[in-house]
Amino acid sequence: MANKQDHPLKKVFIICSKGTIEDVYAALVMTNGAVMEGIEAKLFFTFFGLDAITKKQMKKLKTGVVGNPAMRMPGGLPFPTIMGVIPGVEAGVSAMMKSQMDALDIPRVDEFLDMITAGGGEIYACKLAADMFKLKQEDLSEHVKAIITVGDLYEMAGGEGSQIIFV
Amino acid sequence: MATKTIAGVAVEVTEEGYLVNPSEWTKEIAAEIAKEEEIELSDKHFEVINFIRDRNAQGITLTIRAVGKSGIVDIKGLYELFPGGPLKKSSRIAGIPKPASCV
Repeated sequence: MANKQDHPLKKVFIICSKGTIEDVYAALVMTNGAVMEGIEAKLFFTFFGLDAITKKQMKKLKTGVVGNPAMRMPGGLPFPTIMGVIPGVEAGVSAMMKSQMDALDIPRVDEFLDMITAGGGEIYACKLAADMFKLKQEDLSEHVKAIITVGDLYEMAGGEGSQIIFV
Repeated sequence: MATKTIAGVAVEVTEEGYLVNPSEWTKEIAAEIAKEEEIELSDKHFEVINFIRDRNAQGITLTIRAVGKSGIVDIKGLYELFPGGPLKKSSRIAGIPKPASCV
């Protein structure tokens, strides 16, 4: 781990295409982690991932409780898919996830975006998906730097020691 | 593990240059490690360093969020004090182990 690499990572472009708690947080943790390591980091939200930066939705992210085989009851027993369709179960499970994250000092989405931009990371939204969902810049968090096209994305993602990560 | 002479004192350090024993730390050692990181320490730096040394002594896992909420400096300020490695560089200069958190 302490070995000096020949080609250290200099830039990451992380794409978040899903809007569940776990997918959004995977993207946020990786982006923030990169910023903390001194790596240039850009985070791009597209399709349902846009929920994470949409003012109206960003505080209401949920975890999928139907069709998620890794989902278990507290204590480790299997979580029957049929339970996921009961009203309130999705909200309850999501609240439990959030409280566990809070205990580990993992911030809420808006605070996480704040941490990333404070360190110099940049947040972008996908033009095509924003058009599809009829979202304008003013519907999005103030941390979103711009709504960009896929062409802009590839232009920005270039350079030696650069990687694109898709969540 | 290796022994390294920092600011005229022989101290034990890890492969990545973190002090093994936080108790061996002195302000002079901090200044010398900071120089390696191209940081000149101000009073503000020492306020952060004292805060994270105190937290470490209490066995609390350190996060940039916690430092940001300390009232000493916000997260943006923390990045300005320790550019390119707010948690790693501050921990190394503060003579505490490499941070073990992902946030």
